[in-house]
Amino acid sequence: MCLAIPGKIVEISPDNQDSALVDVAGVRRRVNLSLLQDDRPALGDWVLIHVGFAMSKISEQDALDQMHTLQMLGESEAVIQEVSGYSADDAPPGGSA
Amino acid sequence: MRFVDEFREPELISKTAEEIRRLAGTDRHYCIMEICGGHTHAIYRFGLKDILPENIELIHGPGCPVCVLPMGRIDDGLAIAQQPDVIFAAFGDMMRVPGAQGSPLEHKARGMDVRIVYSPSDALKLARLNPEKHVMFFAIGFETTAPSTALTMMRAKAEGIRNFSVFCNHVTVIPAIRAILDSPDMRLDGFIGPGHVSTVIGCRPYEWIAQNEHKPIVVSGFEPLDLLQSMVMLLRQLRSGEAKVENQYKRVVTWEGNPAALRAMAEVFEVRPYFEWRGLGLIPQSALRINDKYAEWDAEQRFEVPGIRVSDPKAAQCGEVLRGVLKPHQCRLFGRECTPDRPVGALMVSSEGSCAAYHNYEHRKAAMVTSLSQTA
Amino acid sequence: MAHGAGGKASRRLVEGLFAPLLFGNTPGPLGDAAQVEISGTKVAITTDSFVVKPLTFPGGSIGELAVNGTVNDLAVSGAKADVLVVSYVLEAGLPTSVLEAEVRAMGDAARKAGVRIAGGDTKVVEHGKADQMYITTTGIGHLLHGIAIDPLSVRPGDKVLLSGPIGDHGITILLARGELDLEADLRSDTRSVLPLVEALAHRAGPGVRWMRDPTRGGVATSLNELARDCGLGVVLFEDQIPVRDTVRGACELLGLDPLHIANEGQFLAVVAPEYADAAIDALALAPGGDEAQIIGEIREQPSGSVLVTTLYGGSRIIDMLVGDPLPRIC
Repeated sequence: MCLAIPGKIVEISPDNQDSALVDVAGVRRRVNLSLLQDDRPALGDWVLIHVGFAMSKISEQDALDQMHTLQMLGESEAVIQEVSGYSADDAPPGGSA
Repeated sequence: MRFVDEFREPELISKTAEEIRRLAGTDRHYCIMEICGGHTHAIYRFGLKDILPENIELIHGPGCPVCVLPMGRIDDGLAIAQQPDVIFAAFGDMMRVPGAQGSPLEHKARGMDVRIVYSPSDALKLARLNPEKHVMFFAIGFETTAPSTALTMMRAKAEGIRNFSVFCNHVTVIPAIRAILDSPDMRLDGFIGPGHVSTVIGCRPYEWIAQNEHKPIVVSGFEPLDLLQSMVMLLRQLRSGEAKVENQYKRVVTWEGNPAALRAMAEVFEVRPYFEWRGLGLIPQSALRINDKYAEWDAEQRFEVPGIRVSDPKAAQCGEVLRGVLKPHQCRLFGRECTPDRPVGALMVSSEGSCAAYHNYEHRKAAMVTSLSQTA
Repeated sequence: MAHGAGGKASRRLVEGLFAPLLFGNTPGPLGDAAQVEISGTKVAITTDSFVVKPLTFPGGSIGELAVNGTVNDLAVSGAKADVLVVSYVLEAGLPTSVLEAEVRAMGDAARKAGVRIAGGDTKVVEHGKADQMYITTTGIGHLLHGIAIDPLSVRPGDKVLLSGPIGDHGITILLARGELDLEADLRSDTRSVLPLVEALAHRAGPGVRWMRDPTRGGVATSLNELARDCGLGVVLFEDQIPVRDTVRGACELLGLDPLHIANEGQFLAVVAPEYADAAIDALALAPGGDEAQIIGEIREQPSGSVLVTTLYGGSRIIDMLVGDPLPRIC
């Protein structure tokens, strides 16, 4: 129900730490950071923006982990298939399984 | 675009779609509901149905806050704005929603002061800039948007801005899911859970779906790879007979949610005993109203609200489509009396309503004979 | 209001009301300009009104749009604008400096576009009307050699060409209105596309079937009109459609589709496949055409519709715009 877009904090207001300028592919908008007051983002952090408010910090690590998991998809399965293809009587090509 | 483009990478999408096909097999049929209207929109926008196997049926859920808003509430909001010197401010999503005498845009053409805002804070800014007028912000949205409305009202109170009020139509997602699961014709196997609502409420509120109803639910992001990965996770659970809550959207959703957002909501709102949902009827404890501390900024307290109730024509089958019993094109009125240009029922009103999405993106594809392969 | 936005409602108005009552027995689909014969000479004639708010914006102003818009309507009809006449409707109280600035802008744009402004008219209406200024321009031009536009000549296999990145103008205007509090380094793309059309006519003229400038309603609206007029399907390759990062960012933020956003300095062309490469080469070598791309092709299906496809096999139908593009939060 909710259009929310990642943006990078390029400026935090010197007289109001709840107000920041956020950049989305070159488009800039003032965004309210009050919802992140328990764990304040810093300059250069990426946040998720919805209706002019930052909803959450974006974890680069989790994003990387996700990409890694996706890249591995099907690979572990392929290994299992290859191994289970050999019955006790067959010698795997090249020697050991 | 960072954190967007990586999740639209074509090769990875194809690879993940292959894994889905492998997991889905051919031995059974899967009914998966995506609850959130944003997910419905993403599914159509990215053409994901084209790359999912035939035996996965996607049912579109009630998570479209514009669609489920009863027409009477729009009329009430417009009635308030008819008063002299009132500015009607709302998100773009609301502008073409038809009331009994036309949509906000149509009222604007007839002379009402109607402004589109991107943020509730922009509506408050309008109030500061127009001290001789009253700005009424027509608030809609689920728990994703409610905290922003709350913070804006807290700011109005702190700054003593009196020419500002909110007409609150915020709804909550859990009772809607409950209503879906409680309906007798329910035939769902699992859920793709709302991604951005969950940044606020976390994943814990969905535990009863897994524990009591034994349906798996995966909280998902909105990019193609997010939705496809969520589908992989759901299929793995379904194949192994598991039912648990999983978080696919880890880069922004935490298990506990956003405490500051929940605090802001608790400061300003309370739960309505019940609220009417277009297509689903009255659902208890499913919507928010402004509490007494903020009565001065509550449009329903500041103004006489007619309390208009307008029911959809009997022929409209919105409820059945919402619960996944009917597909949009199976509704009597679909594509004939009810189109995105002239919506009759809830689900045709907003671009993320399942009927509108189906009509806009899917409808004519069904008529195509040639299979699509991209040639350059 | 929706009737002026360029999409479905506009089309209904033109086809349902104007055409039968005003255009008489003119057969066939409606184009960007009309071709008439006057005492044995064929000319193209077109008219357009410009009501943009704000009057000035990064990259241009209403005066420039008024010249380029009409020059472009003639260009994509295969004609070179020779002369324009202009009509101003001014709001009482409009500062003279504002009017002068626009008149200068029109003069500059006309010189740049190689077109003469032969005359005009001015009316003043009461304060509160005309949003400061409305401008109407009417242009007459002679047909270019070697190029003939007819949507009915479009065939399956033809290629769809786009002259450059889309969405610049519409997003610039949206941001310039100031209601959304967004800032970006973006300018309107307003310019005369005649030099590009001439380059295309020169190298690939015989292969050009159809052209249009995708103004209000964007590329999606223009291509839907084509699909309807020729009864074939237009299939677009999403990854090949040029869009600037900033336009993309603004569209993602606001929930808009670049294909629905107005352009004032681009054009679409449908070209026979054997001429497609020459066409792109011609545009690439002409000034301002370096971002031209083949963005799709014509197929039998989906008949009468436009389909956008992705590299991974996903697709969606895209319709004409209904009303103005509205930002959304859901």
